[in-house]
Amino acid sequence: MTAVEAVDVTKRFGATVALAAARIRIEDGRTHALVGRNGAGKSTMVSILTGLARPDEGSVLFAGEPAPPLSDRDGWRRRVACVYQRSTVIPSLSVAENLFLNRQSDGGPIRWRRLRQAAQEVLERYGVAVPADRLAGDLTVEQRQLLEIARALSAGARFIILDEPTAQLDGPAIERLFGRMRGMKEQGVTMLFISHHLDEVYEVCDDVTVFRDARHVLTAPVAELPQADLVAAMTGDAVSLGERSDRPSPGEKVVLRAEGLTLAGQYEDVSLDVRGGEVLGLAGSGSSGKAAVAETLAGLRRADSGAAYLDGVPLRPGDVAAAVAAGLGFVPQDRGREGFVPLLSLAENATLPVAGRLGRYGTVSAPRQRAYATRMIDELDIRTSGPAQPVGELSGGNAQKAVLARALSNDPTALVVIDPTAGVDVRAKEALLGAVENAARGGSGVLVVSDDPDDLRVCDRVLVMFHGRIVRDLPRGWSDQELVALMEGIA
Amino acid sequence: MTQQSERMRMAPISIRLGRFRDLTLVPVIIVLLGAGAFVSPTFLSPENLLNVLQQQTALALVVLAETLILISGKFDLSLESTVGLAPALAVMLVIPPEAGGFGIGLPTFLTIPLCLLIGALIGLFNGFLILRFQLSAFVVTLAMLIVVRGLQLGLTGGKSLFQLPQSFLYLGSASWFGVPVSIWITGVLFAAGIAALGYFRLGRALYAIGGNADAARAAGVRVERVVWGVFVIGGVLAALAGVLTTGWLGSISANQGNGWIFMVFAAAVIGGVSLDGGKGTVFGALTGVLVIGLVENILTLRGVPGEWKQLVYGGIILVALMISRVAGGKAQD
Repeated sequence: MTAVEAVDVTKRFGATVALAAARIRIEDGRTHALVGRNGAGKSTMVSILTGLARPDEGSVLFAGEPAPPLSDRDGWRRRVACVYQRSTVIPSLSVAENLFLNRQSDGGPIRWRRLRQAAQEVLERYGVAVPADRLAGDLTVEQRQLLEIARALSAGARFIILDEPTAQLDGPAIERLFGRMRGMKEQGVTMLFISHHLDEVYEVCDDVTVFRDARHVLTAPVAELPQADLVAAMTGDAVSLGERSDRPSPGEKVVLRAEGLTLAGQYEDVSLDVRGGEVLGLAGSGSSGKAAVAETLAGLRRADSGAAYLDGVPLRPGDVAAAVAAGLGFVPQDRGREGFVPLLSLAENATLPVAGRLGRYGTVSAPRQRAYATRMIDELDIRTSGPAQPVGELSGGNAQKAVLARALSNDPTALVVIDPTAGVDVRAKEALLGAVENAARGGSGVLVVSDDPDDLRVCDRVLVMFHGRIVRDLPRGWSDQELVALMEGIA
Repeated sequence: MTQQSERMRMAPISIRLGRFRDLTLVPVIIVLLGAGAFVSPTFLSPENLLNVLQQQTALALVVLAETLILISGKFDLSLESTVGLAPALAVMLVIPPEAGGFGIGLPTFLTIPLCLLIGALIGLFNGFLILRFQLSAFVVTLAMLIVVRGLQLGLTGGKSLFQLPQSFLYLGSASWFGVPVSIWITGVLFAAGIAALGYFRLGRALYAIGGNADAARAAGVRVERVVWGVFVIGGVLAALAGVLTTGWLGSISANQGNGWIFMVFAAAVIGGVSLDGGKGTVFGALTGVLVIGLVENILTLRGVPGEWKQLVYGGIILVALMISRVAGGKAQD
């Protein structure tokens, strides 16, 4: 029995074809994965399956019946619910009101006490431990997502789209989400799961559909599709990640050192040495304090005690400008918030830290700025219309490359990158990690802070943090299971 | 079980805090009432307090309009010009040429409906430019502020209109049961606003739209239609404010409403309405209006020279902002 089907859907935005006669068929009660590189048309398919966009050609069927007209929002909401990549929770309203958004009453006055009770019942039925009268803006990312799932189910939909739900969650939260997805499946809920992480697809999905360049490439049961074939279908040719590339062994000189760094509530007594030409991994779950360590080195946070040295010279605590001037490159965790200025051009973003060096007396030389940006576009393979394009218009992977270009702009002695490949596709991942390795080849010391095994595989060694402390120094040759076990503290 | 009981204990506290945000200006109002009584023995007399309210009614209606628009995440600067143009144009359609009219001579009972209709049309046009043309609300209504004021100046030749129909002056000047009609009207409209935004789906939709328009759309709210409606209601309320002002003053000057928009924003913002949309209440906005009205009255009773009033207003708005910031706890956006 087919729960949902999109038949030969074409959608154009101006000159770009977002979907070209693409199709997807999702069987009742199965968890179906939709994968593809950035720009493959996944998001457009989600908008079409949720009735937010009208296909130029083709049609959508629910259980064999044509989908309701776009104006019938209630009709769509009964058939399909979506947990979007961008949260659709309204932060200034309570959890209860978010749950019953636009159906707080049957037209008469809203009875708040009853609404709160009904919301509390829904939350308890779906096992979401959040008070109904809490402001939604005060919830954690995971709680917000659970709220969205509960809202979807309570609206009566038996088909749920999860658009990259794991992108913002840490390891344990992802496991909890998967547990919940298995529970929903047992209750007969049909799911469409979108993710960049293929291991997740293998873990929770029954079937997988691959889109490439706006087209449908293949649909198959996950169990019958080897991972290499899946990657090949996504990229069009075989790509293997994490092969050890030839890099000279690291030098002897320590370029970045932390000594006994402690910040209450975040991390304790963290010491590490990064040598020139070395790529050092700093692994740990979302709550391990690894990002706080990196932010301390970059000057975004100030440690309670301990010290950091760049090239033997103490770094002034809490001073980003001084760290940049001393030769530290930094890729922050949240590229949207701290990574780039969306309206400024690629060239300006990439040269922000070194603008002072590009001209005299406080002026910025536009040709030099362009020259640097053009070089970076080549080196990092940034897909853009040119150095003048605002970074806000680039796709996630390309925006992340712009952030990395910025971190590399001052030829850093040491480079600190947090989650360099979060939410980017396979090909972009390869380019980003390649650039990180190139920096090491050029003599920089690199600290890669991540919990993604793909990121950490390029490292010469990996320090694992758990609950704010470094618990292990892993040389090359670790297995994924070993690493994950250490990060989750079950080793 | 323990989780359950914990929840029970938590619930009333957070509700109380939620209401408390609405009441941050109440202490300020009490302090002002005390200060007023100290300044002048006549301050707390019913006549004076009614006078304070009466003088704030027109401004309060514009604040109500702006509050609805701000909560929906939009802006309207042109309201203050509507306060002048709507009554002026309506009256000119009715009165004879020798009194400054067009000489069309429509029946006088149509004056008020015409005035409100003109307000609605200005709101409709604002909505058209902002929603259909997808222009920034700030810039559109800034231009409309000048256009609408300019239209009034052009049509009246910059002169005041004195010979107005009696029926048009009634609402702004009469009293029912010893309380001015304008206070009744404003009170009823604020009560309606509080009820609509607190207890009705359509009113809650404004919060959803201002908080996250995409989320509201996904939940089935007809975002464009609702926002457009809010602009129309805003225009009508501003026109009604014009009717009340005209009735109170007995004439329409060429700069009726001029400069109000600063006070309107000040009242809304110190009343807790966010300029980013999605936050604030009608009741909060009302307390903002009251604070401004009381300050104005105290300054008058104290005999502060007109030249200094502006400075004192500004200072008091800043102090009120700081108090509500400290009491409300969160940084203001």
